[in-house]
Amino acid sequence: MTRETLLNIVLFAILPATALVAFALDEPFIITLATKAAILALAGVGLNIALGLGGLVSLGHAAFFGLGGYAMGILASHAQSYTPLMETPFLIEGTKSMLVIWGVAIVTSALAALAIGALSLRTTGVYFIMITLAFGQMLYYFAISWPAYGGEDGLSIYVRNEFPGLNTLDPIQFFAIAFGILAIVLFGAGRLAKARFGLALSAARQNAERVETVGLTPFRLRLVAFVISGAVTGLAGALFADLNRFVSPTMFSWHTSGEIMVFVILGGVGRLFGPVAGAALYILLEHTLGGLSEFWHVYLGLLLLLVVLFARGGLIGTIAGREVAHD
Amino acid sequence: MTDPLLKLSHLNKSFGALKATDDVSLTLMPGEIHALIGPNGAGKSTLIKQIAGGLRSDSGTVEFAGRDVTALGTVPRARAGLGRTFQISSLAMEYTVLQNTVLGALGHDGGVMRFFRPVMKDRRLVDRGMAALERVGLTDQAAKRTADLSHGQRRLLEVAVALTLEPKVFLMDEPMAGLGASGSKRLTGFLDALRVQAPILLVEHDMDAVFALADRISVLVYGRVIATGTADEIKRDPTVREAYLGAEDAA
Repeated sequence: MTRETLLNIVLFAILPATALVAFALDEPFIITLATKAAILALAGVGLNIALGLGGLVSLGHAAFFGLGGYAMGILASHAQSYTPLMETPFLIEGTKSMLVIWGVAIVTSALAALAIGALSLRTTGVYFIMITLAFGQMLYYFAISWPAYGGEDGLSIYVRNEFPGLNTLDPIQFFAIAFGILAIVLFGAGRLAKARFGLALSAARQNAERVETVGLTPFRLRLVAFVISGAVTGLAGALFADLNRFVSPTMFSWHTSGEIMVFVILGGVGRLFGPVAGAALYILLEHTLGGLSEFWHVYLGLLLLLVVLFARGGLIGTIAGREVAHD
Repeated sequence: MTDPLLKLSHLNKSFGALKATDDVSLTLMPGEIHALIGPNGAGKSTLIKQIAGGLRSDSGTVEFAGRDVTALGTVPRARAGLGRTFQISSLAMEYTVLQNTVLGALGHDGGVMRFFRPVMKDRRLVDRGMAALERVGLTDQAAKRTADLSHGQRRLLEVAVALTLEPKVFLMDEPMAGLGASGSKRLTGFLDALRVQAPILLVEHDMDAVFALADRISVLVYGRVIATGTADEIKRDPTVREAYLGAEDAA
């Protein structure tokens, strides 16, 4: 077993261990923190598919996070007010079912990623960063100025949505849902990275010319990666909104995009468990340092600087070393 | 008379006032090695890009296996069976040596939109990648990171990746560059046998290799083909001696 595998197992166990200890000690707030870390890690796993594997520095992943959040907010708000979303040409009702909401969140953000990716992936480097940022900000201002769903104030949902067989209002049960999804997506992302698609996508990041010369199109690989990436981050957005029972345009803001990217960079770009390590560390810092000072972001910034300057592989790279090659 | 596999007709390319490719026509016949030589700045690299699809020609046509591919880009030309190696090694440096050849096998196989089964456990692709490594003598390096290879080994890996594509035509841009005398000799022997599998359009500075291998040689000077012929014809050609070989003798 490699050091990274061992580290991954530890990282994988940290969140449920924290949640279970907190459950035993009757500390629901800690469970909620662990849930938040799991959901933000999920958003990071999504971004990591584009950023780590594909080398696509998207500063617009808040767009998908927000779309997932609003998918939840809009469907649930209609359900709680018993008003349909639309009646003509056919009737669409709101829903409180998490499974339906997740499906809508995934499809919506995947479609948005398809549109945004099809346009922005024609550019590279700093232009790509700027275009993805611009799309994110477009949705942000759209959400602010759209009064039907709360505008700047956002939308509150009174009761958490429903999952068959579970009481979602119980923190530990909601944690189980969020962590279960994270586990499934991590498994899928790990398989994807080692599959044919992952090999070609990562090669396109290292050397696009090489990929073209063997007869594969980097653009198509990147677009598909961007869509998968957006869909995962969108799913995380729906869960995040459900955790808070609240959505607001902040989910769309570029700060959110930046934070998701920070999780990935802190943990280790392109490492499967990088976002898990990054998000857990972020929540830990926010909770501990945030208690000491309002300006805890200064320390986060300092840490980020150190990681970028001295630990290019992030937390995982520092502990486990360079990624070992094929197996 | 068999038809040429690759046929360039009146290709032109200008960069501003500079004519990098000036009315170039040449053919590559099945089973032959056609060497393209010329002094630095003669436009060899430009021509290679025009053939591979990375650079659009101003006018003229590129026909490949009887099909006009002038309007096509790099990817469809590669899919049509054009196996290119680069002057400066162009590989996925973070990958192992084997992963690079498996990538080539994957390109040849198609079906890249598969997300679940580990590619390095795909026997067919791995076998094909290993077979290519064995042919160029890199089997022992298979698990090494490509970035850790020596310059010469990278050159061989370039050739190995091209082999996995099972191309109809090889387009090789200075495969001997930096190989050293013994490496160069080994690769010369290898290419000599390779022409049976598919013809090679060979751009090369190593004159020993060119004269040993080439069935025909075309000499490119200032973007123009000033002569095409067998090694003996080229050696005797007075314009070539003046423009190219003479310059080298003097130096």
